[in-house]
Amino acid sequence: MAFPDRFDGLPAAPRCEGVYKVTGDTRGNNVAIDVLGVTKVFGAADSGFRALDKVSASIRQNEFFTLLGPSGCGKTTLLRLIAGFEFPTEGRILLDGEDIAALPPFRRPVNTVFQSYALFPHLTVAKNISFGLEMLGWPATKIASTVERMLALVKMEPMADRLTDQISGGQQQRVALARALAPNPRVLLLDEPLSALDFKLRKEMQIELKRLQGETGITFVFVTHDQEEALTMSDRIAVMSAGRILQVGSPREIYDRPTERFVADFIGETNFLEGEAKVAGDRLLEVRLDAGATVKATAPDAALHAGRTTVAVRPEHADLVPGDGPADLTGVLKNIVYFGTDTHFHMTLDNGVPFIVRQQNTPGEGSGFSIGEQVGVRLHADAAQALKD
Amino acid sequence: MQPHEVEQAAIRRGTMRRWLLSAPALVIIFLASFGPLFVMLAFSVLEKGDYGGVKPWTFSFDGWANVFFQHDIFTGELGFADAHLSIFWRSVRLSIITTALTLVLGFPTAYFIATRPRKTREIWVFLVTIPFWTNLLIRTFAMQEVIRNEGVINTVAMRLGMISEPIQIMYTDWAVLFGMTYVYLPLMVLPLYASMEKLDFRLVEAAYDLYANRFKVLRRIILPLTKPGIIAGSILVFIPSLGAYVTPRVLGGGKNMMLGNLIGLQFGKGNNWPLGAAISITLMVVVMVALLVYVRATARAGGDDRGR
Repeated sequence: MAFPDRFDGLPAAPRCEGVYKVTGDTRGNNVAIDVLGVTKVFGAADSGFRALDKVSASIRQNEFFTLLGPSGCGKTTLLRLIAGFEFPTEGRILLDGEDIAALPPFRRPVNTVFQSYALFPHLTVAKNISFGLEMLGWPATKIASTVERMLALVKMEPMADRLTDQISGGQQQRVALARALAPNPRVLLLDEPLSALDFKLRKEMQIELKRLQGETGITFVFVTHDQEEALTMSDRIAVMSAGRILQVGSPREIYDRPTERFVADFIGETNFLEGEAKVAGDRLLEVRLDAGATVKATAPDAALHAGRTTVAVRPEHADLVPGDGPADLTGVLKNIVYFGTDTHFHMTLDNGVPFIVRQQNTPGEGSGFSIGEQVGVRLHADAAQALKD
Repeated sequence: MQPHEVEQAAIRRGTMRRWLLSAPALVIIFLASFGPLFVMLAFSVLEKGDYGGVKPWTFSFDGWANVFFQHDIFTGELGFADAHLSIFWRSVRLSIITTALTLVLGFPTAYFIATRPRKTREIWVFLVTIPFWTNLLIRTFAMQEVIRNEGVINTVAMRLGMISEPIQIMYTDWAVLFGMTYVYLPLMVLPLYASMEKLDFRLVEAAYDLYANRFKVLRRIILPLTKPGIIAGSILVFIPSLGAYVTPRVLGGGKNMMLGNLIGLQFGKGNNWPLGAAISITLMVVVMVALLVYVRATARAGGDDRGR
């Protein structure tokens, strides 16, 4: 997809073809944004609110990078620092290797899609989209053709002359996207852009966003508190809590191999089991669980040590078996919750710890288990993940 | 009765009741706004009384003729009433300049207040309204104390050696402008603040994000979105400026009359009530025409903004 140069007079930044595939390298030429030890304190330096605490992250070119965390974790502050609405108390932010931390927002080739959309109410849809281009001083013919292409990209051509309060929420969302994409920024920042949409529209826009990212090849930095949204859309996710980035990785890494209890707990449902560990190899622990069984657990470097440890087991990484057969863990079935696609079995293990098993439903009869029954659990190979304490 | 007839009867009853209930308000509004106008209109077409007042049931258009024309005292020839026209012109000119000055001063003030935290905003608005607590005449005399030849400005400037002779400010158009700007500034600040308080400052951020620098944000986002406040403030300042009486009387002296003083003169020493009434109505028409032109112009400018 051929896009015009962003700034006339400035050379266009080199672009990769297609979506850049993630490799282990984070300090190569492929980095779009480098956040280096950034701290942001609101109020007095020593007593104020520490929204970000020595945060570092590398966001690669053409990547769909998600900042995920509960409200107040600092994800929006980090986004606003990249956009230039706030300035870091400490640390540096590099864009294509150049320090932009001191530049005002209108000097950064970075555009934002705001949570509130922030469309200009006195301008039409088309004028909203052309606003950034006019400010950049593009020639009128180029502005006209770009606006037309943007309208087509977000399928809003029939609405071009409407005012922004005359279109629906989903359409406003599209206009906000088109407006931010029109100047062809190096990085597009999205601040919970889908949170105001209803469920069905949100699903549609998730697919739409992925399509737009693929077609434009622009780096997306996406902020959300919705873990499912993060998992389905992102190339990589940074999980944040209390002003720190806890873990960065692909959705699968984050889901299957959480390194911390917070990450495991925040994303999806998880069972936590305590036990006594000893090192059993490279990134491998052998954990004798308090609940009975001894399991092999994958461990991040920070958790690779002997002694007390916590392992996480996803509910779908275990099978429920009758109580009289061979099993890793045993306990009493307390509750059965039917979810349509699957069923959750809530049980209490013999040592009193709660445990949930999720089974895919099959057509026909029920599960065959009943509440109050003595049942067993078999863990899948690789199911256990040791957590940093 | 058919169901729809019942419904219509109910609607009719509802309409009746609404009119009856709003009747007192309508009567007051009608009497208060149109009553005095009718009296003025009637006075303007009656013959003037010998010692003020009018002669009832003696119609004459002298009042209206005298607004624009006058007989030369010596030759008796009919000519334009130059004095009246120059007072008209001075009033319009000073009022436009006053409106512009209050806008230039009031806009940053209102912006400042609107960008304070919610709690402190109320305090600032309260401070803006404090001058209203004191009688206008007293404030105007206080103003005289500031600008007269032995006043604060001249004394301080002379002490500092910036000037050797006092600058004559009193009894000039500058004094009138100075006074009117001071008096009418709150009337500009308050409506401006009201529209700025409603301004979504996230739009300002969005504009910054889209490569607009501070000046462009002001021109392309803040000004268009606060236009209702600018219009309201301008109207609230322009109209009373045009008819100002106390300020030009005290600070402008006898030579720098404005329309308000001219009208006052006709009802006082001039003993020419029909002329005073006619000038008042002329003033009102001028204001209405000015408003129409202004609203039309800004509405058209708004249309351009939408780029249709």
